[in-house]
Amino acid sequence: MSWVLTIMAALSLFFGARTGHLSAVSAAALEGAGEAITLSLSLAGLLCLWSGVMAVVRESGLALHLARLFRPLLRRLLPRASQDPETLSAVSANLSANLLGLGNAATPLGIQAARRMAAGCGGTASDELCRLVVLNTASIQLLPTTVASLRAVHGCQAPFDILPAVWITSLVSVTAGLLCARLLSGQGGRP
Amino acid sequence: MSGTDWVIPVLLTMVLVYGALHRTDVYGTLTKGAEEGLQVLLRIAPALVGLMTVLAMFRASGALDALSSAAAPLLEWLGIPSETVPLMLLRPLSGSGALAVTGDLIAAYGPDSYVGRVAAVMMGSTETTFYTVAVYFGAAGITRTRHTIPAALTADFTGFLVAALMVRLLFGM
Repeated sequence: MSWVLTIMAALSLFFGARTGHLSAVSAAALEGAGEAITLSLSLAGLLCLWSGVMAVVRESGLALHLARLFRPLLRRLLPRASQDPETLSAVSANLSANLLGLGNAATPLGIQAARRMAAGCGGTASDELCRLVVLNTASIQLLPTTVASLRAVHGCQAPFDILPAVWITSLVSVTAGLLCARLLSGQGGRP
Repeated sequence: MSGTDWVIPVLLTMVLVYGALHRTDVYGTLTKGAEEGLQVLLRIAPALVGLMTVLAMFRASGALDALSSAAAPLLEWLGIPSETVPLMLLRPLSGSGALAVTGDLIAAYGPDSYVGRVAAVMMGSTETTFYTVAVYFGAAGITRTRHTIPAALTADFTGFLVAALMVRLLFGM
């Protein structure tokens, strides 16, 4: 992540200087920082709400049912994390929310899982945590409602006719991401 | 009112009813959990300040446009329509930005055109990778992300390639 930020900043400086847009670049830097806080604040309500709902799910025992549903898949994908019942239920809830297209709910749930999985790692991501994040950076939703409504707005008669294409594309892309993670993790040698 | 309007209210009510029936202190647990959400927010905000500052600079400097036109010939050769190249570059960085570009493409070419469909499939089958990485690792206190970003970008790029391929196979050019 440090590299991403550094390279993007350097590229902005280079192109900004070349095209003479540097004043716009410096204005954008201040604006971007402000936007980040606005976004965080608009995220705050959701974050609190879904953390609270997840706490009820956990306390009431509902989490156990959810975890049972996803355990066969997650035992293979995240073998260490799924030994901890609370992490397992958080990941299960995260995946369910993703599938239902509730991206706003999925993030707080996934974060809970990530925080548990990162405990004791000393700031370095484990293989399983990388895998959880890759799963979440590849959209795996059954109904891409935002895009469909965008198509409908522009007069599309069958906005969901892209569904098979979206499903296949998502599956192939998440598989490629997980395979790539597996290949690259061999060099790090951490469990 | 569509079916998806039901999901969140029903889900919330179901969880609360289930909790109450199982003698959980629903209100106490909910507020205690929400408090945790606030702590997470404190860790996410700094990560987002870093990402979004640089992203705003990147867009304002014209770097995004320059890279789009540089990458277009290669991607065209791979079967990706050049009109969707700005969308591809923006997709991992900014969800709202990518959605706006998708809207522009659909408006300009029509929702049932080749370009319009490819843009929609690209948008629907990928996520805002850098935002997700910043938020998850920011909240978890991870600074060394190891192979997460290369793997996630591989997923995105594969998604773009397959999106163009699938639209050609299922709908034709």
